Order: sequence, then structure tokens, then C-alpha cells
Amino acid sequence: MNREREVTFSFCGKPIRAFEGDTFGSALFASGQRVFSRSFKYHRPRGLLCCSGNCPNCMMNVDGVPNVRICAEPVREGASVRQQNVWGSLEHDALSVTDKLGGPFTPVGFYYRTMIRPRWAWPLYEKFLRNVAGLGKLDKHAGRKNRYDVEHRRAEVLVIGGGAAGRQSALANAAVGKQVVLVDEGFVEPLEGVEVVAPGRALGIWEGGLVPVDAGRMLYRYRADHIVVATGTVEQPLVFPGNDLVGVMLPDGVRRLIEDWALKPAEKAVVVTVDEAGREAATALRRAGVEINGVYDLRRERVREIVARGSGGILRSVEIDGRKLTCDLLVMSGGRQPAYSLLSQAGARIEYDPERGVFLPTDIPAGIEAVGTVTGDGLAAAVPAASYNGASGKGKCFVCVCEDVTDKDLKRAIAEGFDSIELAKRYTTVTMGPCQGRLCHVPSIRLYARENEKDEATIGTTTSRPPWAPVTLGLLAGRPHEPAQRTSIHHRHKELGARMMWTGTWRRPHSYGDPEAEFLERLYPNRFGDMKPMRIRYGVLNSDAGRIMDDGTIARLDDETFYVTTTSTGAGAVLEWFEWWNAVWGLDAEIVNVTGGLAAVNIAGPRAREVMRRLTDLDISNEGLGYLDAREAQVAGVPSLILRIGFVGELGYELHFPSPYGEHVWNKILEAGEDFGIRPFGLEPQRILRLEKMHILVGQDTDSESNVLEANMSWIAKLDKDDFVGKWSLEHVRDRGLHDMLVGFVMEDGKVPLEGAQIVLEGTHPIGRITSSRWSPELRRAIGMAWVPTELAEEGKSFLVTVDGGFERATVRLRPFFDPDGERLRS
Amino acid sequence: MSFLLDCPNCGPRDVNEFSCAGEVTVRPKSSPSLRELTSYIYFRRNVAGVQREWWYHRQGCEIWFQAERDTRTNEVLLTEVVEPSRRAGTAAE
Repeated sequence: MNREREVTFSFCGKPIRAFEGDTFGSALFASGQRVFSRSFKYHRPRGLLCCSGNCPNCMMNVDGVPNVRICAEPVREGASVRQQNVWGSLEHDALSVTDKLGGPFTPVGFYYRTMIRPRWAWPLYEKFLRNVAGLGKLDKHAGRKNRYDVEHRRAEVLVIGGGAAGRQSALANAAVGKQVVLVDEGFVEPLEGVEVVAPGRALGIWEGGLVPVDAGRMLYRYRADHIVVATGTVEQPLVFPGNDLVGVMLPDGVRRLIEDWALKPAEKAVVVTVDEAGREAATALRRAGVEINGVYDLRRERVREIVARGSGGILRSVEIDGRKLTCDLLVMSGGRQPAYSLLSQAGARIEYDPERGVFLPTDIPAGIEAVGTVTGDGLAAAVPAASYNGASGKGKCFVCVCEDVTDKDLKRAIAEGFDSIELAKRYTTVTMGPCQGRLCHVPSIRLYARENEKDEATIGTTTSRPPWAPVTLGLLAGRPHEPAQRTSIHHRHKELGARMMWTGTWRRPHSYGDPEAEFLERLYPNRFGDMKPMRIRYGVLNSDAGRIMDDGTIARLDDETFYVTTTSTGAGAVLEWFEWWNAVWGLDAEIVNVTGGLAAVNIAGPRAREVMRRLTDLDISNEGLGYLDAREAQVAGVPSLILRIGFVGELGYELHFPSPYGEHVWNKILEAGEDFGIRPFGLEPQRILRLEKMHILVGQDTDSESNVLEANMSWIAKLDKDDFVGKWSLEHVRDRGLHDMLVGFVMEDGKVPLEGAQIVLEGTHPIGRITSSRWSPELRRAIGMAWVPTELAEEGKSFLVTVDGGFERATVRLRPFFDPDGERLRS
Repeated sequence: MSFLLDCPNCGPRDVNEFSCAGEVTVRPKSSPSLRELTSYIYFRRNVAGVQREWWYHRQGCEIWFQAERDTRTNEVLLTEVVEPSRRAGTAAE
């Protein structure tokens, strides 16, 4: 602590003076504050207990961040500290009525039994519960102010814990030339040859030597060859009536107040302890001028009963075996329990040591080492705290101060049949609060052992899970980082007022190489080997199970080069698929993904040719560039691949050209088409146009079970080919018979069914579903596509569709609704 | 799941950079019976032990390779590109 440097912050609007080296908690204590929070369920006043960041008693809201353990949080100039979880103030919390009256209404697991009836009252119960549940309140807008980031790091040796053993191990490893990193939750002095990351909290140990370290705004994902766990021990409380009163503290808490922050914790103190820590605290208290009214060392004397009494939640006296001692501080020490959680997560076994009365990690897995007191080293044999008998009936006896779970609650849970520690934990919520069992896990096991007349070894521990301490979701999420891919014409779309939509990763593979024709022959159900150069074919990719994966066009540019397009969202998967078969067959086809480098624009409509004539010197008459022809030429001065294909069923040209020319070509097209009334069209009109032509959308009209035979595309499966992926399965489908078919339909009246609507047999059960459905402005009918049983798949048959809670009639159509012979397409 | 996988091109990387296509299987040579076809498509040995499997470096160099991994411990014993396939490059290379 540096008294030269003053720091001022505010507490509930009041200015508080502090010094550099103070924490918010120590500064508030110095200013006279004793009640730091109200407990979770009963809203009992709570004061400083551990001063180590382990318990929940000092949690407050600092600068909008809830649940900050201010006993460990260094002071900051100008910070605003506020209480939380109270209706009123820390001194007078209206919700403490649950403490006085709540008992019968809030026994363990009360939420499983109460507030269920009357059912109509649930919305009221819910509103009330949501307001009183939890501890801190989240500021909905705070998230955006904080910036988090992630760094991936390597360490030869990662030491977790900067205490004596951790520092020693770090220095020893550095001395033999290892690259050592040491992390600690608090502050650590610099160490020679060691990289110290502090504060840096190791959240857990995952396979592959992965240890994520929470350093506030940075998450360091460490991969370590060797992990040294030196996490030390956690002081344990004793369980007796009144053990949660303000003024009851653990030895470390007392020591810190005196030695770190030069504070006198009280006027009169009593000490009850099972180890040296209590005696050391007594010595420190005497030095600080506190009167010691009694020291009870449970190693030397048996005590049957401890009862702490107070008024208004503040400690006034303690009764030891009936003898009353006035005090405003009660130091209780229940021993030190090794913090084995990280080791347990890594796969170590946890065993009870009856000698020392603690749970210890054993069978440490390879690549991990435990050093220091976490192994039990240096822990003296301690009288297990269960030697005294916490008397019930004389006040609440807290096992878990985080969740307000009393010994009565645990006993009741056992009586109700929750007789294993894992069940009892889930029913009572003991160890499930902010301390995550640091202070209450072992006391709960001891109580369980006593009540079930077993020993602690038999009861065992519950599973340790990461994170070791609470971590903000923002830190885990990292930087807001969603790669968005925009076409090079994006800005023009925005200028024209277009609404944009996501279409996956938008990449299109381009395939060329020597055995390419063979490659495509094997992958697609139709033929490509016999394609002439500069011709295009439609292709549907199947899995070996005969299911439709994707569709697209394949243009043969020359003997060795094919240009393949896919659906926008399918491109990544198709590339993966192509590459895999390439590897499996060892065909050595060269596959290059050119999507990112190209832009593509579609010009469609009866006057498309006239527009193109103004943009290119290429012969684009119907003879020069016919339907399904491909040409390479300059369009608007830009070298382009022109594909005459017709997803939307019109005379149309798809231009594929280098992406940087995107806006230029776009502008030139609009210019060239202005007197023809050209208009940009987006995905929605495209969907309607393609539907009028009954062109499928893979993934919408088909799903993971659909095959080309049932999807009304049997023409594409050339089953007389030698072998292609999916051939055998399609043969089996053909042999067993088709069950369902994809058909088109028109609605008799104008109602447009929802996509996904069910198709029903007259008055009975669902037999099919609508996959695409739109109002066609051209035909002035409601049209769509649907899966129906084969018996219904005939032109003119009808079925019922669910629409608006009722049923409407639809008629089957098997040929495209618009221009079924494709005259427009081929014009 | 956070083990490391040694990509033949890129070296040890987080497993989440890859996608796994499962056990290496043997595709029937020709005209399988329905039973053989179903076995090939759906059934896997699913050993509790060392398994040979396909991996794709999705967030990296995009090559396919095979690995031998112990499914009980996630220890990866080896990774290799299986000849005679070449390593396919991307437009960027």
C-alpha cells in the first residue's frame, strides 16, 4: 500500500478515499462499511469473509460490471461502486423478509413444489421471481463498450500459481533453459527468465495441453508441453449456527486486512481453529491492538457446540459449549483444502486422506505435474471439522453461503431420498454458486458422511468442471469477427436500395486438368466426356447413397478445362467433395477455386440480346451463341466468360469476369439497357421466375433424403454409364420403386400456402409437404412445388393443403407453369 | 475436444481447423449387392483403438490427408498424404 498516492472513488454516490494498493473492499472497510452484500435467498447481511476472491460476500457492481469481488479488485480513480441484489440499501433490504418469514415457503427445492398453482398466476410468479433471482444486474448496453481479444500462445512449461511452490518450479525450469510462463490470479513479482502473466487466471485444462488464461480483456490460449499446477489450498469455514454473520471471518481474510491494508479488523476477537492458521491470525490481531477474548484450538480440546449470535445480522457474541464470549470478530478456521480442480479436470483421481482430513489429487496424467500444498505437502494433520456438532434449531447453520444452503436443507434432501452427493448437489444447489464449492464442497461432504454414517472417502467428490472461476461470455467470444463476403458490386446494390441476404460462403470451384473428364464422369450421373468445347450442361451431384447434394452447370472450355458452378451455399462443400474423390481415386485432376476472383452478372429477358449487342462485338445471334453455349469475349471492355443458361427461364446471359471490374460492368449494363427499361432484379424475383419454370432449389425442394429419380429428374441419371457416385443406390431405388415424387401444383383459389405446409389425404393424415410456394404475377395463380406420394404424381390430380388453419385444394402439374417448351429460353 | 493434428503442409494445428470425414473405407469394386452397398454407406468398424481416418484442412491449406488416431485417447499417431494423389493448390498459391 502506498500512502503517498491517493485514489478516490464513489460508493453509492458517496466519495471514498483510498490509497494505491487498496482494493475497493479494503477501502470501504476502512471507511466503516461492514455489510457488503445481501445473500442470495434470504438476503441476510454479509460482510468480508475471505478477502481472497473466493466467497461471494463482497460482490458489488463496479462501473456497471456486476458481481465484482471487490475484496480483490484494486481501486481505480473515479470508479463508481454500487451495491447489488437489494431492495432498498445494504443496511435495510426489504427482501430480507424472506429470512424472517421465508422458512416454510422456501425450503430446499421449493421451486419444484411452490408457485405452480393456480396456473393462471404463473406470469405473476415469473415476473416476481425474475426480479429477485440472481445477484448482479447486467447492463444491456455495457457489452459493446468492452473489447476482447484472443491470442494463441505456446509454452514449454506453463506454471499455474505464483505462490512459493509455483515460483520455485518456474525458476528451476528456467534455469535449465526451458521457456517458462507463469500465470497467477493476482499480482506476482517479476521472476528471472520467466514470463509472468498476472493477473491471468487459468480457466481449466483441456486435452492437448490447452490452458485458456483469462487476463481481463485478453484470452490467452496456451498450448503447453508441460503443465505445473501449483494452485495451493483454500481455507475452509466451520459449520455452526450463525456462521454467516457479519464479523465471522477466515484467518486469511483477517491477515490481509492487517498486513496488506493496515486495518484494525475489530475491537474484540474470538478464535476457533483446527490448524495453525487460526493461531497465526490471533498473533496478528494482538499486534494490531485487538483484544483476544478466547482461542479454541480444536486439535487440543474437544468442543461440542459453537453458536454465534448477533443482532441485525452483525456478530455480538459467541457461545462455546454454553460459555458466552462477547466479540465483534470471530475467526474460524476449518483447515485448508487443496485446490485440485484443474488436476481433476485433466484426469487426476481425487482421494480422501483421513490423516490430514483433506481430498488430494493422485494419478496425475502425463504432461502434468502438481507441486506445493495442492499435493498435500506441508499440510499438517488436522482434526476434521466434524468433531464438533453444529447444533441446529438455534439459528441457521450455513453450509453454502453462496446459495444459502443450510445443514437442515442438506439433511432434508437426504431424507427425501437424494442420497448421493451428486444428487444432493443438484437438488440443494450446494456448491453451485459463485464460489463453486471452494468453501462448501468439503463441508457438505463431511455433513453427508455424518448423516449417512459413512466416511468421506466413500461419499467422494462431485465432478470438477471448467471454468475455475466465472468468466465473461465476451471474453470467450473474442473480437466480433464474422467474416462477411461481399460481391464486388455490393455498393451498387446498396445504392439502389436493395435488401441484402446471406447466401453462405459464395465460392465457386473451377476445375481443370488432364483426367478431368474422367473425374466429372465419375462424379456426376450424366455424361460429360462427350461434351463439345464451349458447351454447357446442367449437373446434379449425388452422394454414394444416391442422395442429391448440389446442382450447378458445367461448361467445357477446352479438352482439358471445365468450368463448374454450384449453388452459392454449397460451393465450400462441393470443393471439399471434389478434392476428396480426387484423393481417393488418385486421379490427379487439378482443381482450382476461383470464386473470390470473379464477379458474375445475369442479364435476362426478351431484350437481353439487344442489350448485349451494345456491350460486345461477339456474334450473339441465336446461331452465334445459342442456348447452352459458352463463349469467351470482351463485354464492356472486360474479358468475360459468357454462359447462355436459363435458371430464370428467359433468354439470358451469365457473365463471369474478374471481380475488380464488378461495378464497371454493372454500370455499363444499366447504361446499355436504359432505353429498354432494364431493371436490377434480386433473389426474390429470381425465385419466382425459377419456380414458374419448375426449376428446383437444392436444399429447399430437396433434402438429405431426396434422389434424382423421385425429384422428377430421372433423365439426368444415365444408369447405363459404367460407374458414377450414387449409381448403385439409384439402381436400387429404381428397382424397389419410387415412393414419393416432387411435383408442381397450382392452387384453385388464390391462397398461397406456406412453404412447409402439409398435404393431407381427404380428411385424414399428412402425406406430403410444400417445398416452394409463391404467387406468380405472370400467371396470376398461386403456384409451387411439393412432395406427394407417387399415386398422386399425375397431371391433373388434386390434393388438399393446409392454409390458414383450414384446407385448400391444389392441382398437380408436371410441366413448367410458364413456357413449358422453353421457347423463350431458346429464342 | 482440443487436440492437435499435424497437417502434412502446415504442421500442428488445432483440431477445429479441420473437418473429419471419418473412417477410411473401401469402396466396392463393382455392382455391390444391396447388403454390400448398405454396409459401405452406413456401417463402420467404430473401433475403440487406433483408427485410420480422413481429414480435410478446411481452415488452412485445404488438402485431404489420412491420420491414425486412437479413439480412446485422441492421440494422433501419424498423419500423411496418401499417394498417388497430388496436393491440390488453391488459386492463391
